[in-house]
Amino acid sequence: MAGLSINNVTKAFGDTKALDNVSIDVADGEFLAVLGPSGCGKTTLLRMIAGFETVTGGNIRIGDREVSTAEANTPPEKRRVGIVFQNYALWPHMSVSENIGYALKVARVPKAEREERVKNALALVNMEQYGDRRPANLSGGQRQRVALARCLVAEPRLVLFDEPLANLDVHLRASMEDEFADFHKRTGTTILYITHDQAEAMALADRIAVMDHGRLMQLATPRELYHEPANEMVASFISQGMVLPADVETEEADGQCRVRVLGQELVVRCRKGEKPRKDARICCRASQITSVGASQPGFEGTITRAVYRGGSARIEFEPASAPQLGLHFDQPDPVSFEAGQRARLAITSGWLIPADGAA
Amino acid sequence: MTAIRKERQGQEMALTAGIVALIVIFSLLPMARLLQEVILPGGQFSLDIIRNGLIDETTWRATWNTLVVGLGGTLFALVLGVAVAILVSLSDVRQRQAFVLCFVTPLMIAPQVTALAWLQLFGPSSPLLNMLGMAPPLGTRNPLYSPEGIVFLLGIQYAPLVFLIVRAGMRKLPRELVEAAQSSGAGWVRVLGTIILPLMTPSIVGAAALTFVSCVGNFGIPAFLGIPANYLVLPTLIYQRLAGGGPDVLSDVAFLSVLIGIIAMVGIVMQDRIASRRDFRITSTSLPAAPYQLGAWRLPVELGMWVLIAFILVLPLVGLILTSLVRGYGVTLSAETATLENYYFVIFQHAAASRAFLNSLYLSAGASIFAVFVAIPLGYVIAWGNKRWIKALNLAIELPYALPGVVLAIASLLLFLKPMPITGIQIYNTVWIILYAYLARFLILAVRPTITGYFQLDRALEEAAQVAGAGLFTRLRTIIFPLIAPAAIAGGLLIFMTALCELTVSALLWSSGSETIGVVIFSFEQGGDSKYAAAVSAIMVATTFLLMLLASLFANKLPDGVLPWRD
Repeated sequence: MAGLSINNVTKAFGDTKALDNVSIDVADGEFLAVLGPSGCGKTTLLRMIAGFETVTGGNIRIGDREVSTAEANTPPEKRRVGIVFQNYALWPHMSVSENIGYALKVARVPKAEREERVKNALALVNMEQYGDRRPANLSGGQRQRVALARCLVAEPRLVLFDEPLANLDVHLRASMEDEFADFHKRTGTTILYITHDQAEAMALADRIAVMDHGRLMQLATPRELYHEPANEMVASFISQGMVLPADVETEEADGQCRVRVLGQELVVRCRKGEKPRKDARICCRASQITSVGASQPGFEGTITRAVYRGGSARIEFEPASAPQLGLHFDQPDPVSFEAGQRARLAITSGWLIPADGAA
Repeated sequence: MTAIRKERQGQEMALTAGIVALIVIFSLLPMARLLQEVILPGGQFSLDIIRNGLIDETTWRATWNTLVVGLGGTLFALVLGVAVAILVSLSDVRQRQAFVLCFVTPLMIAPQVTALAWLQLFGPSSPLLNMLGMAPPLGTRNPLYSPEGIVFLLGIQYAPLVFLIVRAGMRKLPRELVEAAQSSGAGWVRVLGTIILPLMTPSIVGAAALTFVSCVGNFGIPAFLGIPANYLVLPTLIYQRLAGGGPDVLSDVAFLSVLIGIIAMVGIVMQDRIASRRDFRITSTSLPAAPYQLGAWRLPVELGMWVLIAFILVLPLVGLILTSLVRGYGVTLSAETATLENYYFVIFQHAAASRAFLNSLYLSAGASIFAVFVAIPLGYVIAWGNKRWIKALNLAIELPYALPGVVLAIASLLLFLKPMPITGIQIYNTVWIILYAYLARFLILAVRPTITGYFQLDRALEEAAQVAGAGLFTRLRTIIFPLIAPAAIAGGLLIFMTALCELTVSALLWSSGSETIGVVIFSFEQGGDSKYAAAVSAIMVATTFLLMLLASLFANKLPDGVLPWRD
């Protein structure tokens, strides 16, 4: 196993930059997820780490070997990286064992050893009895496991997952998620996991790299991403956070400061060293909004929609002072709000988004 | 690490270099040689050959005739092919698969066999008409020996081509477009006229261009029907000049073949112009439109369709088989007079004919095996490669097939008339020059389905092998070849069937000892031995049917649309 280090990598296709100055360090044995909406460059990143795409600038190192620079590109077949493809990419003309043993055959591993290692790989994914089957005769989850075994058998230095759960149904997804987590614990493999599904990323990864428009937005633990987003993109992307304009009124003290949002004054969490400033942004979650009585601090507005979701309702709200800002929060049963109703709300807490937006 | 890069680059460069060499040898070189003969004869720029060609009145007459039968045949094929495509694609006629198979079969039969079969049907010695007592008196001219006859047979030969292209277009027609028109109140005739046919313009125009090129370059039909009537088109004029004058007239015929090439090119360019004038792109994909209910008309229409099959397929083949059973000219065929002697004669007694069976077998097997093995790496570079200029070279492989066969035959003659430089090997007047021409001409027939196969194959399969450590050649051998081979082999089979009865190229390149089946049929017919020609043709038709059956057996392993006769 080995770590991975991506340094200031840029990829340009003509004038458009698919990746712009991205740097990510993955520690040996770490499970890192790359998360982003479609078209954010995460697939390009994976293909560059695997060696299918060249870099325009910067470099990529796997362990202590430099594999990609603008001048030189180690071909994929020499990188010793494993990939679990989105559609598994199992070779239909080979049996499960032949699929798994392919890399060993290419490396001219003696037959006896090869068979032993294929058997071990099959055991690792609980597929011992399926060695002679054809991929076409396996279920989606079984194919996924074979793909996993195939990429592990050659003992890669790094395993790349390319949206491996995107083609599975919801139930299978949950159980495969558990299997991936379990598998990472047992093998200690360094894993880079590409996905657009934040629940998946949160559940599996040690750290998550959020990408947008070819740029790295934030690289942090799941908790940090949720509670302390580095910029507006991350704030609104992760769990549908609400980004609200605010004026910072006091200096940071003890990780907190006082802000004014929609006419309401409140205390939010913030980074060290924040100073009073105008035109700042805070991120707040649905759970941090509540309805209040007329005399309490808060702001007036209109309910625009109430969608009952079983047990609670998602209430959408327009503040009277800034109708273009849609807020939403959950009201548990008994649901009393209806569209068109006037209401007074208050924000209980939040996070002051840093001014520089840097991760 | 540099060593690693070198190794990888070595494999890639070897592949690229090999493919460029192939394209140069089989496409660019012969075409360049042909042009050189016309513009730079003997290495000096001169317009004499062009001038001589242009002042020759025969050139003009043949050019005019070529255009007449080319346009006429195209028009007839278009009407028939489009009508059948509409019927099969949009109405609820039954037994579609069987009908398509029968309708497309004439395309699989060599043109000169079609010509022969029809001649046997209508002539004064027609066994069928004689049996029915309807034959014209002996000595009457066969009505097919005429421009009209040529146009008629070209139309029947190439209507399946139009059908296949338009049918493929109709399959992509989304049903929403038809349903939107219907819900706006348009009846079926109006929908057809205002929505379906306009949207099919690219398919129809493309089919027209391809048919035009095929008609203009066709040798078999005008040779069998036109030469007896002294109605010459450019391919038959070239044949007659060359047969009469030998290598001395090469410059003249080179000019004529460039002329055919230009006529064919004009057709292709016009198609491009028309197709790009308006936007015909279909943006959505969905299920095909619900078939139009013919109602009470269904049975009559179906009957009509099968009468058409009886007329264009069954009748001529019956005529062919009956002729092959006749004892001699003028003998009325009956159960007592029927004989298999003709078959015995052509298989065992006639030296050239039995030689031709072997020659054609070797030639077509050689061409198809070569093409299959070349098509896989070639398709890889074209479909999956990242080199733009190689994709442009794809056009170069299309060229020898897109241009009429006569053009390539003359180019090969020019190229190999003298011994090859350095080695001094002489392939002129041997079977090898025919093999060369077949390889050049038919390669694209295997490359096309192979590229289709590549586009339907998930590239991740190759990438998975790559991350498993497999180099380019290992991947080609262990992953790509097994997955893509069925498509390439189907293409190889098409080549085998096409080359087996090929006449256009071999008629110009054959020599004693290197006869092909096409040449033997042609010689028998020219020598008045229709019964022998019919016997050889009947054998070849039977072989074609067997091969089609064989290919259909593994059809479910092939990408869609590789076997033309499968609907």
